[in-house]
Amino acid sequence: METTKLPPSSPSSPTTSFSVPSAEKVDGFPRRSMRRARQRRSHSSSQFRYQSSQVELTPLPLLKDAPVAELHDLFCKKLQQCCVLFDFLDCVADLKGKEIKRAALNELVESVATSRGVLIEPLYPEAIKMISVNIFRTLPPSENPEFDPEEDEPTLEASWPHLQLVYEFFLRFLESPDFQPSMAKRYIDQKFVLQLLELFDSEDPREREYLKTILHRVYGKLLGLRAYIRKQINNIFLRFIYETEHFNGVAELLEILGSIINGFALPLKAEHKQFLVRVLIPLHTAKSLSIFHAQLAYCVVQFMEKDATVTEFIIRGLLKYWPKTCTQKEVMFLGEIEEILDVIEPSQFIRIQEPLFKQIAACISSPHFQVAERALYFWNNEYILSLIEENCQVILPLVFATLYRVSKEHWNQTIVSLIYNVLKTFMEMNSKLFDDLTASYKVEKQKELKRERERSELWRGLEEYEERRMQMLTEAARNQRNLQERSLASPRRQLFVQKLPPLPCKAAAPSF
Amino acid sequence: SSQQHQEAVHHCASSRCGEDSHGKLYKNDTETQLYSLKMYSIIHIFYSSYHLWKYTIYDEDEVLLALAEQLGNFTMLVGGPEYVHCLLPPLESLATVEETVVRDKAVESLRKISQEHSPVDLEVHFEPLVKRLASGDWFTSRTSACGLFSVCYPRVSSTVKAEIRQHFRTLCSDDTPMVRRAAASKLGEFAKVLEPEYVKSDIISLFTALASDEQDSVRLLAVEACVSIATLLPQEDLETLVMPTLRQAAEDKSWRVRYMVADKFSELQKAVGSEITKNDLVPAFQNLLKDCEAEVRAAAANKVKEFCENLPEDNREQIIMTHILPCVKELVSDTNQHVKSALASVIMGLSTILGKDNTIEHLLPLFLAQLKDECPEVRLNIISNLDCVNEVIGIRQLSQSLLPAIVELAEDAKWRVRLAIIEYMPLLAGQLGVEFFDEKLNTLCMAWLIDHVYAIREAATCNLMKLVEKFGAEWAQNTIVPKVLGMANDPNYLHRMTTLFCINALSEACGQEITTKQMLPVVLKMSNDQVANVRFNVAKSLQKIGPVLDSNALQTEVKPVLEKLATDSDMDVKYFAQEAISALQS
Repeated sequence: METTKLPPSSPSSPTTSFSVPSAEKVDGFPRRSMRRARQRRSHSSSQFRYQSSQVELTPLPLLKDAPVAELHDLFCKKLQQCCVLFDFLDCVADLKGKEIKRAALNELVESVATSRGVLIEPLYPEAIKMISVNIFRTLPPSENPEFDPEEDEPTLEASWPHLQLVYEFFLRFLESPDFQPSMAKRYIDQKFVLQLLELFDSEDPREREYLKTILHRVYGKLLGLRAYIRKQINNIFLRFIYETEHFNGVAELLEILGSIINGFALPLKAEHKQFLVRVLIPLHTAKSLSIFHAQLAYCVVQFMEKDATVTEFIIRGLLKYWPKTCTQKEVMFLGEIEEILDVIEPSQFIRIQEPLFKQIAACISSPHFQVAERALYFWNNEYILSLIEENCQVILPLVFATLYRVSKEHWNQTIVSLIYNVLKTFMEMNSKLFDDLTASYKVEKQKELKRERERSELWRGLEEYEERRMQMLTEAARNQRNLQERSLASPRRQLFVQKLPPLPCKAAAPSF
Repeated sequence: SSQQHQEAVHHCASSRCGEDSHGKLYKNDTETQLYSLKMYSIIHIFYSSYHLWKYTIYDEDEVLLALAEQLGNFTMLVGGPEYVHCLLPPLESLATVEETVVRDKAVESLRKISQEHSPVDLEVHFEPLVKRLASGDWFTSRTSACGLFSVCYPRVSSTVKAEIRQHFRTLCSDDTPMVRRAAASKLGEFAKVLEPEYVKSDIISLFTALASDEQDSVRLLAVEACVSIATLLPQEDLETLVMPTLRQAAEDKSWRVRYMVADKFSELQKAVGSEITKNDLVPAFQNLLKDCEAEVRAAAANKVKEFCENLPEDNREQIIMTHILPCVKELVSDTNQHVKSALASVIMGLSTILGKDNTIEHLLPLFLAQLKDECPEVRLNIISNLDCVNEVIGIRQLSQSLLPAIVELAEDAKWRVRLAIIEYMPLLAGQLGVEFFDEKLNTLCMAWLIDHVYAIREAATCNLMKLVEKFGAEWAQNTIVPKVLGMANDPNYLHRMTTLFCINALSEACGQEITTKQMLPVVLKMSNDQVANVRFNVAKSLQKIGPVLDSNALQTEVKPVLEKLATDSDMDVKYFAQEAISALQS
């Protein structure tokens, strides 16, 4: 049985995460700026125009004053009243109606949260209908497509005064002790969940925060929907990674997944492993990684703590997607690697130490000092240091040449002194190996140069070979033409077959 | 000889790139691998490249992309069309990777080499591959399969054809939205290769299903397919088979779908023909022009001219006047600047369709309103399309309002706006005529020469050259040359340099006489300027105008000055003087 619980303190600090500039790959919308003309910072969805005729609302009696016999009927009427939508972009339109709906929503929230016995079966379809009518809408185009989530203010939902109360009602409804999953599942179905998931793309962080908690409750209470929810989240992520690179709610969805992973039963199902390898790891390639990296790293570490055997997949995956040009992302990757190493099992460490420390050596020699610094900080971590010490024979030769070279070349003094500390640590760990490596450094360097020379000679040889071959081919073609012309005169003549020239470097193939 | 050839390939592969020696050729970085791959195509080592790849030496997407691309050109290298099927296994694997660009490239290569398969090979090797991809576990392979149906369908037997249709049907209702999107995007292409009876029996139901998919990203792709499908069907079937879906798309609750309809409107209009256009598309277009989302209105506004042009001629004018023009009038005062500027870029085109009288009565007020719009982009779009109106009513009708608009743009605080209007100056000058220009615009053109942004001064210089080409050397001599030369005495050295830049640009258009008699003395005098930048620009100018001068002036006047500059104390001046001397000698 899988259990799920949101971690008491959320795994990550940044709870607000906004949209990302995107190049839409699939639907091909020109994401050119559509704002500037209007300076308003809120928007409303396209849904309002679909309500053909505006109904005039009249206030109903208060729920708390209603006799018990009429309570459910009144509750139901209030729910129906709350299905009326209002235009929030026109802030003075129908103020009276807006106030009536707000009061009704407040009462509904209050009633569901405090009184017992309100939620009876006939109310379920009405409640779900009211929620659907209010929250499900096509999100409007982003006002600011060149939006920088770390700099710009997000566009807020104009109808939030009502929307918030609807979400609050939904949440109280799900959390109510009277809530019966067996009744709710008839109305909260796959289609409902799919629409709910699409709302996570909202630019308004307040809305995403509510959605996160609500989806978590739905996942917790409606067991039949769990697999479907996971699959749809997968689809959203895959679309985000490979198609649009745009989805505002990645961080929130990951936060929910963090708690879902926490509840996975052991041994891990193939489906869950596939999710790790094909979705979570590729999520690291996103341009907007910084917005959800904390949540992502949390999920990855959760997986490892569940089942140590996935460690190798994870590390090799990260190495595959290691950032080539973005140093900011490189620092994030290094941070994640440290989180992973913090909980790695020594037996797993041995499996990945070689490729991992090659990458770490490359980071140490980065001209960007923050990257080099972040990598060198690993030596300040006691647990990592103990792993390095145990495997000194393997690791030191991998990083020695880099450390030695960078200690002499790096422009940044902090890096140089950090490297001296690392070298000192190694010297204390295994002085014999250290001395050997120091002695052979120059020889190794010469060997590397020689290999490099041989490699380029080999290529040059191949190019020359190709050039000669092309010459021969043209020559052969010419000969053949000539022969054909001549053969008109003397038809019995044999065609001359041109042989390929000998391969140039078979004899000279360098050995190493 | 292809046998011989294959032996050579094997030989090449085994001798040079055996499994254990690849380290000699490849370092660990992607760039070298990429280079290697390009070389691969030259040295024919196809087998080993596949071999190496299989052992995941190449797991970089960049490398896989290059591999996928190169393999599409390998037919001759594996021994010609009869061996082309050897290329299928590696491309099949590449068509299943996650990275979209790699997969797309692999599909592209597969489509390319499918043409090189004989009909038999197509059924024996290619079609099974398509089937495998279509029933793959992971969405990537099924996505790739969608792009391969249409290339093999026309060339296989009818049993296989039936299987292919079945596979396509299955993928259209796939569980994964990614696959349904891929299928929807290939629906039109697939419909085109199908026999007419199957278009009706198969494609229409798939089209209807995709167009009402739960995800808007799928629905909008069905709109694209709608164009091809409508073209394939006889007119009498359109109403029942296509129109219900199209009507529904035009009113979809997702703005993305409506946007797509607006964006494809001209194509849809052509595909469904004039009767349906009159009855259905006109009201639909009106709705799109009034849509609640600016994106949709802007896309529709962009199509106003094309839509009107393609209306059936018999009652085109009536439709425009009663149905379209009222919406257009509202868009002129839209709240969103992108909508207005999209409209401004096409609205002038309506004048040719509506003729002189209607233009003066109905369109002219709109043009004038847009010329006064608060957003510079709107004004610029109107000005840049003046030629359409010029043909119908003559530009004089507009000139009174045009002038303030131009002056305002010319002085706009944003230099990019000023730059844009400068670029239209030669065009405007041509349409407004030399008199109007001298009277109203000449001052502006000269004022740009002393703009504080270099890009504007540079554009102004270039503008002068184009004006001289239009109005002739004599006009130049009378109106602009004196003013340009006057700036040579300006206290600001940037302005003095502008004189030199103008001379560089104008000398050729003005001809030898004006250059020698009026410009050269000024340039020579400036060689004594206090500012080194001016002096080395003198050297550059002399080099530039040298070819226009006669040899006498070159020898007696230019050469001594350059020789003097070549001994200047500033090293840049020296450098450019020497450059000029050697350039003029040759």
